[in-house]
Amino acid sequence: MSDRFIARSTAIAARMIGGEMMVMSASDSTFFTLNEVATAIWQAADGRTRLSEIVSQSVCNQFDIEPDIARADAEHFVDELSQHGILIVSDQPVTSPDAVEGL
Amino acid sequence: MNAVHEIAVEIGGTPILLRTADLSFREMLAGRYAGFIGSSQNSRFELNVNLITPAANTASDEDVRVDVTNGVWQLRRGDFRAQWDPHSGRGDVRQTASPYSIDAVLRILHSLLLAKEGGFLLHAASAIRNDRAFLFSGVSGAGKTTISSLAPQDAKLLTDEISYIRKTADGYIACGTPFTGELARVGENCSAPVQAVFLLAQGPENRIDPVSTVEAVRCLLRNTLFFANDPDLVKLVFRSACEFVDKIPVQRLTFVPDSRVWDLIQ
Repeated sequence: MSDRFIARSTAIAARMIGGEMMVMSASDSTFFTLNEVATAIWQAADGRTRLSEIVSQSVCNQFDIEPDIARADAEHFVDELSQHGILIVSDQPVTSPDAVEGL
Repeated sequence: MNAVHEIAVEIGGTPILLRTADLSFREMLAGRYAGFIGSSQNSRFELNVNLITPAANTASDEDVRVDVTNGVWQLRRGDFRAQWDPHSGRGDVRQTASPYSIDAVLRILHSLLLAKEGGFLLHAASAIRNDRAFLFSGVSGAGKTTISSLAPQDAKLLTDEISYIRKTADGYIACGTPFTGELARVGENCSAPVQAVFLLAQGPENRIDPVSTVEAVRCLLRNTLFFANDPDLVKLVFRSACEFVDKIPVQRLTFVPDSRVWDLIQ
């Protein structure tokens, strides 16, 4: 599962306010507030980096979280956001126009 | 050739010219929107209203749906069908003679027009006091009607249901609307700079508490009237809510239902 590639969709609106990342799906208007760890995953979701690498580099190296817990939480987070079209998940690097290259 | 009757309904300084072949419908509009009648000469927007006979199979409980097809907005609900070309500023609506149908169409059009300019319609009562506008937002039952009915004589009620917020060079203004709630009292057609937004809650005492920026944006978006199934406009509304919260204090107002709550609102 963690070998998937993830990318931020262009069909979203996002803004960092008061230290929290707010993300809204432009397709169903679902609103999410991301905590620090989720924000780190979100910002690293460039479509070219595997989720496992993101968890290792952007989560485990920066936050005091056990790798197994970090992976499980990341999987759950990615699944939830992908259901609302906020993250694009693929077995291959994501280069589609629906994904954002940089934040 | 059939006569065409016109009337311009001006809300938030934006007149929309309504055309109908039915004189009695035009007279109904004149009464319903009294105080909000503008000059036909100044209308940049026009809407032809074609009245139809109520059909037995009309699905009046069908939810509002707004889609864009080839740049033209398609508005539909059980009791009306409308289309609106934002480039020409013209559109048509097919509906029965119900005032509620044209009311809904006007709300949707204003929400679309405002979204392009950084403004929005909010489920909120609003009133002017000491030349500043105060908004009281909440879902149905939160207390919009109650706090409106408790307003002191020096307060000008802009609306007890739908607040009209326009972005200006200096900030935001709230404008009166004819869109009424349970109080069934049309707002005054005037405007003032927005001083604060209060998220309503009823409780054992009158108090004002801060809310986090995230909570303010979340509540604002939850109470914003927006129907369009269009990603670009959703992004605009999200951005507008964030910019609004950057400039205008949003606080929680807990109140008991008596007039002393207005002592906090100056």
